[in-house]
Amino acid sequence: MSEPGVTRAEFCVIACADAWRDAGEVMASPFGTIPALGARLAKLTFAPDLVLTDGEAALMVGAPPIATGPDGLMREAAMTYRTVFDVVWSGRRHIMMMASQIDRTGNQNISAVGPHDQPKVQLVGVRGAPGNSVNHPTSYWVPDHSVRTFVEHVDVVCGVGYARAAAAGPAATRYHDVRRVVSNLGVFDFETADRTMRLRSYHPGVRVEDIVAATGFTLTIPETVDETRLPTPEELDTIRVVLDPGSRRDREVKS
Amino acid sequence: MADKRVGVDDMVSELRSGMTIGIGGWGSRRKPMAVVRAICRSDLTDLTVVAYGGPDVGLLCATGKVRKVVCGFVTLDSIALDPHWRAARQHGEVEVMEVDEGMFFLGLQAAAWRVPFLPTRAGLGSDVLSLNPELRLVRSPYDAASPFCRDAGDADVDLVAMPALHLDAAVVHVNRADTAGNGQVLSPDAFFDALFLGAAERRFVTTERFVENGHLADETHPLSSVPIHRMLTDAVAEARGGAHFTANPPDYGRDETFQKEYAAAAGDPADWERFAQRYVLVPEEEYQARVRERQGP
Repeated sequence: MSEPGVTRAEFCVIACADAWRDAGEVMASPFGTIPALGARLAKLTFAPDLVLTDGEAALMVGAPPIATGPDGLMREAAMTYRTVFDVVWSGRRHIMMMASQIDRTGNQNISAVGPHDQPKVQLVGVRGAPGNSVNHPTSYWVPDHSVRTFVEHVDVVCGVGYARAAAAGPAATRYHDVRRVVSNLGVFDFETADRTMRLRSYHPGVRVEDIVAATGFTLTIPETVDETRLPTPEELDTIRVVLDPGSRRDREVKS
Repeated sequence: MADKRVGVDDMVSELRSGMTIGIGGWGSRRKPMAVVRAICRSDLTDLTVVAYGGPDVGLLCATGKVRKVVCGFVTLDSIALDPHWRAARQHGEVEVMEVDEGMFFLGLQAAAWRVPFLPTRAGLGSDVLSLNPELRLVRSPYDAASPFCRDAGDADVDLVAMPALHLDAAVVHVNRADTAGNGQVLSPDAFFDALFLGAAERRFVTTERFVENGHLADETHPLSSVPIHRMLTDAVAEARGGAHFTANPPDYGRDETFQKEYAAAAGDPADWERFAQRYVLVPEEEYQARVRERQGP
């Protein structure tokens, strides 16, 4: 049942926030508006030790509204790109990247669609995905769940999934942890015997068969699957009044 | 102490077709655009560009200067993708050696430290290794019996051996410099500029303006804002607005309107021709005058 009043975007924020539950004192690196809201919500509520960057070269104090300009921020320490690699390779980070394609074993693609020497669609590039995914917990945010984004095999493996990490050996699996995938339809994880993707919860208003139809591979569906949890009144108030009064979240996921 | 002042065109006249050129900055931030524009106007060709890519890569591709790009990404920050780069790739006009951002950093570091490679987990299991089959793994020489092996999980592991990224030349843009080649970054991130210089044979710095030697640090700016020392610099040129249209605070922010126009010009060859005639294939002074004209009184 859809809870009256709570929008799809707000369920997505809650699902993203829960990815950082019990993360402790690590850097949360969210990509996209809804993961950014999720990380800030987590920091303001159940994960107060989370460390957030200002998107430039510093760690910021607190969790200000997402529309806050650079002049409105307080900063607590420097975090230049050079220093980011120290954090990545020390493991004190949980990133939530976006994925243009993601597959059954958790490989992610943000590099190119089609042949790599002459792509059909050039994307941004592998960025830090290869290193992130074998060094610290990595989750993904896909705001447009479809058979084009949830594919059997990604065209370019940027973020490394479970089977590829296992094949690459112990240095790759040691800190590998693809934790969670949040889409506009539901929440997914890899807590299956063969480390393939499983439906963890579906957002209220979405039917499980809609998720299956929008997924280009066989998804493990447990016998009982819960709905994505409701935000508490305090959480909802924090999203709506404190963090995102301008409703930027609705631009990423329509109600 | 040597006075290393030259002009931007003197720097570009030292470059040759086919060279490997490192470009400092990151995305659409503090890019040495005056030098990039000068390369666009030159008859250089067949370049290998090594960069945390932004509009430097896009402009050089759009003007046909590039054979190959070594990068982890090309982005305009406020516009996710540089459309000129996208077009060059989708038309199969440029080669790419695509590596993880951290591998890229280690490649520059290895070159600057004069070691052939540095080991890392980054790249393991990803297509970075299959797309660049010349990349090799290296096995840790420390087994579980070694007194240095603290953790059995690290014994004998295979890691990526990121090769040194040697550069024929590197160019970076800083907020202030002195004539000896010390460079100051007043914007929040010095990025990897010092490493680009360290990895290169010929090392070029452009600056918004010169400050007398010994006066880069003052009450407001500690010496830690001077990450480039003169041993890293062969030549230094004044280039006011030399990072335009990328972000170069506190001197100026990104010129978003201009960047949008630059990106939009990729949509149609006639638009690009007009843009290039007005903003690329003109001397730097004229470019800066036209930028001032746009910004109004």
